[in-house]
Amino acid sequence: MPGWKKRSEMRILGKDTPRLDGPIKATGRAKYAYDINLPGLLQSRILRSPHANAIIESIDVIAARSMPGVKAVIITANAGDEMKFAGQEVGAVAATTMERAEDAIRAIKVKYRVQPHVVWPELAMKPGAPKVHNDGNVPKPNKRETGDVDAAFSKAKFTSKGTYTVAVRTHASLETHGVTCRWDDDTHLTCWASTQGVFSVRDELAGTFKLKPEDVHVITEVMGGGFGSKFGAGYEGVMCARLAKEAKAPVKLLLTREEEQLAVGNAPSASATYTLAANEEGKIIACDVKGYSCGGIARENFPMPFIYDVGAVRSEQGVVFTNTGGSRAWRAPGHTQASFLMEAAMDDLATEMGIDPLELRLKNDKHPLRQAQFKEGARLIGWERRNPKPGLGALAGAGRFRRGLGCGGAIWYPGGQGGSQCKVTINRQGEALVEIGVQDIGTGTRTICAMIVAEELGIPLSKVKTNIGKSTLGYGVASGGSVTTPSTAPAVKRAAESAKAALLALAAPKIGANTDELDADDGKVFVKSDRSKSMSFADACKLAPTGGIVGNGRFEGTPQRPDPLQQAGVAGAQFAEVEVDTETGRVNVIKVVALQDAGIILNPLTFTSQVNGAVIQGIGMALYEDRHMCQLTGRMVNANLEEYKLPGPMEMPEFVSIPFENPTATGVTGVGEPPVIPTAAAIRNAVLNASGARVNEAPMTPALILGALAEARRRANA
Amino acid sequence: MIDEKQVRHRPPEDGVSRRDFLKGVGGSITATAVLATGAEENAEAAKVMPALGQRLKGTVRVSLNINGEVKTAEVEPRTTLLNTLRDHLDLTGAKKICDRGSCGGCTVIVDGRTAYSCMMLAVDAQGKKITTVEGLGSPEHMSPVQEAFVEHDALMCGFCTPGFVVSCSALLAKNPNPSLQQVKAACSGNICRCGTYPRVFEACLAAAKKMKGA
Repeated sequence: MPGWKKRSEMRILGKDTPRLDGPIKATGRAKYAYDINLPGLLQSRILRSPHANAIIESIDVIAARSMPGVKAVIITANAGDEMKFAGQEVGAVAATTMERAEDAIRAIKVKYRVQPHVVWPELAMKPGAPKVHNDGNVPKPNKRETGDVDAAFSKAKFTSKGTYTVAVRTHASLETHGVTCRWDDDTHLTCWASTQGVFSVRDELAGTFKLKPEDVHVITEVMGGGFGSKFGAGYEGVMCARLAKEAKAPVKLLLTREEEQLAVGNAPSASATYTLAANEEGKIIACDVKGYSCGGIARENFPMPFIYDVGAVRSEQGVVFTNTGGSRAWRAPGHTQASFLMEAAMDDLATEMGIDPLELRLKNDKHPLRQAQFKEGARLIGWERRNPKPGLGALAGAGRFRRGLGCGGAIWYPGGQGGSQCKVTINRQGEALVEIGVQDIGTGTRTICAMIVAEELGIPLSKVKTNIGKSTLGYGVASGGSVTTPSTAPAVKRAAESAKAALLALAAPKIGANTDELDADDGKVFVKSDRSKSMSFADACKLAPTGGIVGNGRFEGTPQRPDPLQQAGVAGAQFAEVEVDTETGRVNVIKVVALQDAGIILNPLTFTSQVNGAVIQGIGMALYEDRHMCQLTGRMVNANLEEYKLPGPMEMPEFVSIPFENPTATGVTGVGEPPVIPTAAAIRNAVLNASGARVNEAPMTPALILGALAEARRRANA
Repeated sequence: MIDEKQVRHRPPEDGVSRRDFLKGVGGSITATAVLATGAEENAEAAKVMPALGQRLKGTVRVSLNINGEVKTAEVEPRTTLLNTLRDHLDLTGAKKICDRGSCGGCTVIVDGRTAYSCMMLAVDAQGKKITTVEGLGSPEHMSPVQEAFVEHDALMCGFCTPGFVVSCSALLAKNPNPSLQQVKAACSGNICRCGTYPRVFEACLAAAKKMKGA
């Protein structure tokens, strides 16, 4: 089976290509699930518990049902049900306008028996804390020991200990979760969904309403961000379809910003106490780590230790439950947290040892590609400028604003997931249509599909049309784990190869050669050994039957049976330069250098956009993003976009994104997740290098920085 | 069963008039407004208010000048310009993301200045010249800013994009030669979650260059 062309032979792939849906997005014409307006469309709202822990005593919907414009009221919670977090769903309403749906929600009278709650993990771990789940708040931790940890610690020349924490972040997708649903008849449902998984939404709706999967049409031509939180139909998707059924009219149900922040996922907090031991030569010989994460009513873990070879390991990892919304996968689940905790411990150990933190990494990192990335990144950021000691050096200076450098590394595993089915049709006008059900979540999947077909057929990109994001088309994977490109691209390539082979077979008698002697490129079909024997691609297409020529392609790779067109396992390293205002505690990120392996890069333009975006989310994690829970009321106090602070235009550094490939790469892979992993850690370590402030929590707020600066001064004077 | 029409055309005495509202509970608000905005502006507002219809309940017919066309819609007095554009006029380019003036996804140009359409009532937008992202260009005939956004990949999921396009367009209309810092400042009322900022800046500066050359 043919592999990807050499980069030097690629005509369209590997070249900066503006995305095909750019024009409809930039002119406001793109229709997101939330933009679908249908005749007779109703608007809807969800009623949620305002209490973090309460038992429903009664629900009265009489007033709501009789309000003007209200077309359906569905209550899903029953008397006696326990609400486990503020924001848990009680029911939903559909009405003729948004304003009326909101009025109706307010008119539903729910009587709650409020019970004690706990929303902070530190309190939830204490004996006697209100129980979130019946079997308690702290399940038995996982313990693991490899090697003789105690013996290694007793031999150690250096040890360093620290407790590090990362706060809960919300996905804050700009298009909130939701769908627009229309019943075409009693057994056929059309659903425009804001989702990362067209087929998972289809299956969930089909299962809920006992429909055949093929009778549920899920459409996601564009979607406004998911970052791991939008895989299933969810409560909102199912309720929208139920409301539409009851009201006998199409319904739109998209969450408000507050609901988005409360109830549809977050990245769990993580905390770990690392004790690292190193020998005289700077080799880490032991790691004792105890950590836990908190995903509200849900649970999720993170890797520890992370990426480095640390000798003997004793680890104990637990989770804590609280009365807060459940966590969901968040772009590289667990890995952003793992990186911050581990890389902070690494720099603190290097400080203890009095050595260059990069040197410590190079001595303890077995990954050959990351070794090269660390070295190249150091060159690009100007690592030789770094302050030899935290807060002390020419770069830091002696003034109010101190500069410094830091770094961190990353790994990400998945390649493609099997099952993708693509169809390529070449019509008699010389155009190609590529069809696959997979959604484009903003990463540029649609554009890549067309580029692959144009490359294979040797025709301009303008001659390729795309039809994606629909469950009526061939199966496409859900966009999680950075699997979309490695699962989709091989199927598209094979479908294009198959269509091309059929076209060459039609052209062969006309040219007077065997099919296997022919190829197509540059708008021509020709004999490979003698390009003068040819016909135009357009003329060859005229030989096709009325319905055109169809080629099908599949991707069936599994981790056990890898496919050479895709690749799994990518390494990355990042370097940050920051400036710390020692009077206000404000951190300004000056520059981030990101080196990322991503296999064969199909579209460098969208590759770089994804890396930039990942780094920006890493800046948010390092400096701003924190879900604040109020223990008194049990509610999230910043369930909005002004107090849940995202990085904005004024906080942007200079970006240097370097595609740093494994030279042996033969396959493509996804780059959605890997580059988000090390950014926050690199910034944390740069703050330490700039100012001496050892900040052990993310986000590193001005208050924490000022506190750490005071602590650093105390240490220096002691 | 309640008849839709009856509700919609509820007699005026059934509702609270805007004047009653201002005389009653709102009296203190009016006084505050006088202090805050000055007597002149308040008098201006008083002149406009009766023309908007007296009722706070039911619906009113609004007439809006959008993208050079006059469009009418039957909305409640509390209906925002954003909901009117999206739910009544099928102009879905402006996005509702935060619905409280903190993200810029709903940015439109009102009488030459950028405005959050989620923070403006449709009734208050009457008599003003409104430009939405749709009015700046179409996929077939994009404006220079829109072209630059596509060319520089200043968008990923694209949900914040209309707001950024409008902010950048309004900036270039006022300042054809902005610095990077001025572009950042012009976009500082917009939020992007995918993280396209650096390319938005590039696109805006490139569009400025292109427009000067044209």
